[in-house]
Amino acid sequence: MSRTILVTGATGMLGRVTAQQLLERGDTVRVMQRGDAGLACEQFRADLTDTDGVQLAMRGVDGVIHCAAKVSMTGARADFQRVNVTGTQVMLHAAQQAGVASFVHVSTPSVAHVGRPIVGDDAMPADPDGARGNYAQTKAQAEVIALASTTKEFSVCAIRPHLIWGPGDEQLVARILARAAAGRLFLIDHGHALIDTTYIDNAADALVHALDACERVSGQAFVVSNGEPRSVSELIERIAVAGGYPPPGRSVPGPIALLAGRLAERIWQNTEPPLTAFLVEQLSTAHWFDQRRTRALLSWNPRISLDTGFTRLAQHLQGAAS
Amino acid sequence: MRWSRTITAPDHTGAQVTWHLLDTWADRAGTPRLTLLCVHGNPTWSFMWRTLLDAAPDDIRVIAVDQLDMGYSQRTSTLRRLADRVEDLSRLTEHMNITGPVITVAHDWGGPISLGWALSHRSQLAGIVLLNTAVHQPPTSHAPSLIRLARAPGILPFNTKATPIFIKATTALSRRRGMTAPIADQYCAPYASAARRQAVQDFVADIPMEDSHPSMQPLHAIAEGIRQLNDIPALLLWGPDDPVFSDIYLHDLEARLPHADVHRYHGASHLVIEDAPTLVEDLLAWIAALPQHRNDVTAEAIDATTTHWPPINATGTDAEATSAQFTGDQSTLLHQVRHMAAVDQPCLITMGRSGNGQVVSWRTLADRVARIACGVQRRGVGAGDRVSVLIPPGPELVSVIYALWSIGAVAVIADKGLGVQGMRRAIRSAAPDHVIGSRQGLLLARTCGIQGAYISVSDLAGMREQSGEDLPNVPDAAEAVVVFTSGATGPAKGVVYTHRQVGATMALLSQHYALTAADTLVAAFAPWAILGPGIGVASVIPDMDVTAPGTLRADALADAISAGNGTVVWAAPAALRNVEATSHRLTAAQRAALAGVRLMLSAGAPVPIGLLDDMAALFAHASIRTPYGMTEALPIAEADLTQIHAAGQGNGVYVGHALPGVEIMIAALNPDGSSALELSSAADLTGEIVVRAAHLRDRYDRLWATTLQASRNPGWHRTGDVGHLDAAGALRIEGRLAHVVTTSAGPLTPVGLEQAAIAAGAQQAAVVGVGPRGTQQVILIVTDPGRGHLVDAQEREHYRRACSYPFAAVLRTDAFPVDIRHNSKVDRIALAHWADGILAGSRR
Repeated sequence: MSRTILVTGATGMLGRVTAQQLLERGDTVRVMQRGDAGLACEQFRADLTDTDGVQLAMRGVDGVIHCAAKVSMTGARADFQRVNVTGTQVMLHAAQQAGVASFVHVSTPSVAHVGRPIVGDDAMPADPDGARGNYAQTKAQAEVIALASTTKEFSVCAIRPHLIWGPGDEQLVARILARAAAGRLFLIDHGHALIDTTYIDNAADALVHALDACERVSGQAFVVSNGEPRSVSELIERIAVAGGYPPPGRSVPGPIALLAGRLAERIWQNTEPPLTAFLVEQLSTAHWFDQRRTRALLSWNPRISLDTGFTRLAQHLQGAAS
Repeated sequence: MRWSRTITAPDHTGAQVTWHLLDTWADRAGTPRLTLLCVHGNPTWSFMWRTLLDAAPDDIRVIAVDQLDMGYSQRTSTLRRLADRVEDLSRLTEHMNITGPVITVAHDWGGPISLGWALSHRSQLAGIVLLNTAVHQPPTSHAPSLIRLARAPGILPFNTKATPIFIKATTALSRRRGMTAPIADQYCAPYASAARRQAVQDFVADIPMEDSHPSMQPLHAIAEGIRQLNDIPALLLWGPDDPVFSDIYLHDLEARLPHADVHRYHGASHLVIEDAPTLVEDLLAWIAALPQHRNDVTAEAIDATTTHWPPINATGTDAEATSAQFTGDQSTLLHQVRHMAAVDQPCLITMGRSGNGQVVSWRTLADRVARIACGVQRRGVGAGDRVSVLIPPGPELVSVIYALWSIGAVAVIADKGLGVQGMRRAIRSAAPDHVIGSRQGLLLARTCGIQGAYISVSDLAGMREQSGEDLPNVPDAAEAVVVFTSGATGPAKGVVYTHRQVGATMALLSQHYALTAADTLVAAFAPWAILGPGIGVASVIPDMDVTAPGTLRADALADAISAGNGTVVWAAPAALRNVEATSHRLTAAQRAALAGVRLMLSAGAPVPIGLLDDMAALFAHASIRTPYGMTEALPIAEADLTQIHAAGQGNGVYVGHALPGVEIMIAALNPDGSSALELSSAADLTGEIVVRAAHLRDRYDRLWATTLQASRNPGWHRTGDVGHLDAAGALRIEGRLAHVVTTSAGPLTPVGLEQAAIAAGAQQAAVVGVGPRGTQQVILIVTDPGRGHLVDAQEREHYRRACSYPFAAVLRTDAFPVDIRHNSKVDRIALAHWADGILAGSRR
């Protein structure tokens, strides 16, 4: 008997690809988000905090992959709180009520990032006070709540994919290409820092494995990445080249970029600024992770290497251009 | 704290006092196999033993007391002197009914107290372990000036009682070596008020410095008494950077306990248990290596057991069996020198700047050796004494070394090839009794603060041999020499060779290279100038700074060959590089001299094949060979240029097959980059190279735990090199064990990838890991004249393709850090540290 899986946030890249992977392997998939996900499956359109709507979507569900979140560099604290914390609470409550067995909470490594370089660490505990910025802080709260709601019948695990990218990425790839197109692509501190990234298919794959392994790993958080950390300069260069642009030529010293980021945050209070202090930190200090526990416990390995990923990205971007 | 307990017991006066102690069997009945009785010093407390309690095996009970009036034990308002404290401790163990075998473990002034206990509990004493302590004030010492100062009237109460200065000063030494603030705070915790610190003051006041002191006689009795403990296993664990209990006290204890195993922890200070992370592990390994004490052994039975504790020795019975075939009945290393004493032919030629050589005949050498032997004896040098030799390579050095060997003294040979700091550290660790030097050598020794009686070599040369003065018969098993590793991976280690092992080295060289009186060795590599006379072969030392191999010029080498009809050249790769670079200066006659050589040996570091090809062109008729070995055993294996070409590219440097009498095995790598215990000769298995031969070193000097590690397989030596044997049994070197990169996919050795990068155009290449062990990322570093730290995209992809490895990053730098001695061993650890910093990004 095929299982019914509810995926939230399916208008986003990760939710959409995850739903597709579940469909391909024969699960019954239901998606829930505010807009139209455009997927060939049952679709519920509801806000995360709409208790009735969520309860309705949860009926008859065996497992949940909760991707929906407010992901942004800026914005009012209350908005983050409402979507990321309250929304997760509503989801968890409804899932428990509906007798859902497995709940995969999608989190982010920034829940445990307090500003130091991360060099080969495993997932550290989420730190709602130490995390940087509204997004990371509310995601940290949400992860703590999610993992704490684990019971014998209700398994919850948290997956933290690090810097997801791939064809259709509106975050990392789109921003770099926009700046490259405007001729304003530069590196911070020469882009020496080694960082992990995750090709989209691998991230979705890890979520599906986490769903299957949920009972075994209940209460635990895992960082997911390609396990191929590269220097920031190499990553930006390869994304730019995949989009048909020249690699970045200039480098800005870290402290200057940080100052610029802080200023930008003040000026662009309601729209997405081109650079934030958080982003500067992300792009100038190392962030790469020990993947041994993740891979062993989730019985998962990334299928798409960085090299293959960049080839696919180039095909996608240059195919779209012609 | 689950180990923490208090016990009320009578003290030496019979009064009931309450002790605080840590006890791993606090809540456990039954009888332990062994009890460790740990006694702290002043001003610490039982807290210092916490890691030992934590790591001790289940069947060993560890008791760590807080001395009365110290730590969390009762403040008794009684002045307790040394003898009182020994008795207090005895009453406590009696009260606790500790009747089984006990090993005492003590630090600082806990040392004399624990030894006092040990002497009165001989029947149950199973061993003594001492960490930075003293039982006697050697006359040469000035170190306790710190203690004297602390004891000065008016200063003592201020330092020790009124303020916590004394306690803070104790932890401050370790704070500089990485002790965290919370740990330092714990050391101070029981001494929060002046009232709680009374005993800290009393303790310092109880250190006897004058004969009239009430504790002088008890301390003297203990200091002399322990000489009787020669059947009790003893272990001395030492922090050499202790400003109070310096090495002088270690040497005093060694003299009283000559059978003791010793380990000096480089860089560690007074609280050696805090500064040396492996100390507890080493201590427990030492206990595990002792014969088991059975529970049912009665006290009498233990007392009757006078076990002989042999030193850790790499040459087991098997090795001895092989050594016989090389050394024959050779009783001393002087065999050849004496045998040739009547010969008027050159023995040693030292080349000068002009191209002329200073010739010393065999007769002259034998005469000088005899005179010097006589001279040093008159200056008080005796059998077993260690003598630091600070003389530039040449006839004087050779004469002194053979003279020392003839009287059974031990030559300590450390030169500037270790760097001045490294040399100072090396000589101090060997603790010579005497220093023989040239004027500059003695000056250097004095600047470096080397202790010992100084003897000028020029004073010895004039000595007349006294007829009828018999030289002692030196046993084969006696120490002959202490030499030092190059320090390319960590501080240089002293390596001890016995007469038998040096003899075996000479015999192997002599037989393997078929050396005869018709040969002359051209020694551009310092140690070989020393061995030549022992082998019975003449030697020429070219005009160069032998401690800096890169200074050898082609013309100087050719002149040396001409001067002595040189047939065998031995040089380091750095020397050969300079020979190649200066070969355009050679005259036709000089070229002809090079062409007359029959053997060209390059050793000390890997040699690029291109350089060997260049040498083959210069030494047109020579067999070009690369012996492989290490300070602990040289040579082990050998390849000639033809074999190297035939072997072609592979994972690692091809060094050929084991020499006759040498066995090579592989200890496979574990995922964490360490090597397995089991040895294998399986083809293509990468692991640590482990060797067995008659000419192996005896042990590391004052590095008991290091020797144990290296000799985990009795009779074998773990080289610290990694590599594999090929299907034909030839060895390839893949790097150093300490340089193995541990990725999540398993351990990775650097040399194969480095060779591929060099083949792809890199001038020099190093493969290192960044990040935590077991999940490291692999980084390629090349020397390259570009700008910035990261190579450009094209170069990066070029190296990834050429090496078939997806390096996380390819970095560039102008030059690699290398060792001084060989000028070629790349310090990959320093490079990894550098790469780690760059790739972590900007830190704020």
